[in-house]
Amino acid sequence: MGIKILTEHINVPGIETLEVYRKHGGYRSVEKALKTMTPDEVVEEVKTSGLRGRGGAGFPAGMKWSFLAKPEGVPRYLVCNADESEPGTFKDRVFMEKNPHALIEGMITSSYALGANTSYIYIRGELLFVLRILEKAIAEAYAAGLLGKNILGSGYDLDLHVAPGGGAYICGEETALLESLEGKRGNPRNKPPFPAVKGLFQSPTVVNNVETIASVPWIVNNTGAEYAKIGIGRSTGTKLISASGNINRPGVYEIELGVPVEEFIYSDEYCGGIWKGKQLKAVVPGGSSVPILPADLIMKTAAGEQRLMTYESLSDGGFVSGSMLGSGAFIVFDEDQCIVRNTWNYARFYHHESCGQCSPCREGTGWMERVLHRIEHGHGHQQDIDLLVSVAKQIEGNTICPLGDAAAWPVASAIRHFREEFEWHIKHPQEATAPGAVYRGQLAAATV
Amino acid sequence: MAKITFDGIEVEVEDGTTILQAARKIGGDVVPPAMCFYTPLKGSGGKCRVCLVKVTQGSARDPRPMPKLVASCITPVQDGMVVENTTNEEVLNARKGIVEMLLINHPLDCPVCDQAGECDLQNLSYEHGVSATRYEEPRRTFDRVDLGPYIQLHMTRCILCYRCVYTADQITEKRVHGVLGRGDAAEIGTYIENVIDNDFSGNVIDVCPVGALTDKTWRFKNRVWFTKPLNAHRDCPTCSGKVTLWGRGDTVLRVTARKDEYAEVEEFICNTCRFDKKEMTDWTIEGPRHIDRGSVISANHYELPVVNVPIVPNLPKSTVKKMPTE
Repeated sequence: MGIKILTEHINVPGIETLEVYRKHGGYRSVEKALKTMTPDEVVEEVKTSGLRGRGGAGFPAGMKWSFLAKPEGVPRYLVCNADESEPGTFKDRVFMEKNPHALIEGMITSSYALGANTSYIYIRGELLFVLRILEKAIAEAYAAGLLGKNILGSGYDLDLHVAPGGGAYICGEETALLESLEGKRGNPRNKPPFPAVKGLFQSPTVVNNVETIASVPWIVNNTGAEYAKIGIGRSTGTKLISASGNINRPGVYEIELGVPVEEFIYSDEYCGGIWKGKQLKAVVPGGSSVPILPADLIMKTAAGEQRLMTYESLSDGGFVSGSMLGSGAFIVFDEDQCIVRNTWNYARFYHHESCGQCSPCREGTGWMERVLHRIEHGHGHQQDIDLLVSVAKQIEGNTICPLGDAAAWPVASAIRHFREEFEWHIKHPQEATAPGAVYRGQLAAATV
Repeated sequence: MAKITFDGIEVEVEDGTTILQAARKIGGDVVPPAMCFYTPLKGSGGKCRVCLVKVTQGSARDPRPMPKLVASCITPVQDGMVVENTTNEEVLNARKGIVEMLLINHPLDCPVCDQAGECDLQNLSYEHGVSATRYEEPRRTFDRVDLGPYIQLHMTRCILCYRCVYTADQITEKRVHGVLGRGDAAEIGTYIENVIDNDFSGNVIDVCPVGALTDKTWRFKNRVWFTKPLNAHRDCPTCSGKVTLWGRGDTVLRVTARKDEYAEVEEFICNTCRFDKKEMTDWTIEGPRHIDRGSVISANHYELPVVNVPIVPNLPKSTVKKMPTE
């Protein structure tokens, strides 16, 4: 069993109440930070820890914090991105639902570090029940003097608000989130200016994922240097992984970064192997937007090294033979899953969720979905595969926000690694559209 | 001041100028096209992505190239920046791809569209488009919408540049239309059927880069390239009264604001000037208006003979006239 930073007390009965949470060492970091540390010292600790953004991009959190502009007389904001809506990701929901105070503690400590006196948790609109849990916990914290004016007699004030989104995936993109939080249409903004300079209400703002913020209290309590000892290389600390798909034990797991992928899939501590002992076909290691990898490439890199659950190892080989850790949504496909159908499903999602602001994404996502629909339903042409590759390339990198890339990558990677399966769908439409039909040729070739 | 190199041409501009504005200072063929950016409208730009350029050197201080293509209309220049537009294959390919995207759901009904001849999308597809489409699914269509007595909305033609939304936001008191829905189902609309009723509402027609918003007093009256533009003004209590009249003989067919070579209006005009003053006697004529825009309207100009308008590559020989040498 590895060290548990975020989920240590998650199953303690009543941990969602302030009383039980404090009994288990809760809010120690608030006392320590507010009474014995300066904000800059907290930022330094986070920098030393090497904590990286857990929302998907993996940008070092301490670095992001130090970029925050600090002009005189202008308020600064910390916004927690709890708009978790990427297909396959459910770690933040479980975490907030079970242990809301841990997030609030992180918010207080982080807001203090950044000098923010008003902070927001922007939560996905569909998670209304979690919003109620958070609101209840925040009310408790206010009553205990952990929020509001003069927290614990330190002279530091903080107001914490929870705001629900309206159900758009795009509002998980940080600038769209800020627009939505301001009460506008959730369209991503043009960058620059970055939120660190002009964010919420035109003021400097830091937007962090739930898991990133929730990791801060441990770092403050145990020092950044201790945190940096966990994990491998530049992937420090622990990470919540939402494991789903054809595995025996789907769920949220906290892993020390650096666990081998093979162990993660087959060990009984984690996924517990493939459901019904079937053969592994492919894995999407970081949420629907990252490239899909076939069984052989998820276990070992193209160079033959063992693949580990770290930012670096999963992206080894670039997009030719690698993928990304992303938000840690580990989706496993067994031999009975059709990659074409799955790719079409993802494309449908991104088509539905494109905000429609910039042309490549607005038009391209719909185009890809229609072509994939055609192939899946037995009306594809041979040139459709190259068409998809070309459309994906036309979108990638040319859009305002990363949603365009997120839509293009799964399609491009599915074709890169499972081209034969697409060709089979086009050449044998009748067989391919039969219920439950799956192409097995490539799989057999891989095992030989 | 910042000095940048754009397509090999050095130009010096104020700090904070965008790459596009710097390129426009050079002028000519190197200027990236722009479908959504509109200088008079704050916050516009960044959406259509046709103005993408490659920054091969970020600045003198930090010479690293920018990893992705950037939208030139919103990216500010840095001293020592090196930008490639027409000289970069990657840029031209990306632009071609984006024009294709803009066209897949466009009806291509230029023969019956009032914007034809002065349409930015038409020009772009001439320059960067391909002759055949790879898109075989049904195109997205919308019903025509009446936005009051003067303005007609053809959402089918819209490219969602947001210019009309910014116009209503910034030059009228109350915006009643906006963008509804998202993705490729996004549309310009008033949600509950509503009339855009404001003294300056007609300007949304001028800013529209395509034929999505058209002037009902002009619809189907004529083709723009048959009409002759005249600069004229009148003493108007609500606006500057400086307009361009488009007519044939003594008939005024259409009144628009005066637009520069990038189709950007010089001064917004009011609805009275635009829709109600359609008699020559309403106006003081200043003289013919020279159209600088690369468009067929300038190919048919009566004031100056036009030498090879680059936007129309296969102009018939008969229309190409030699300029008298100075």
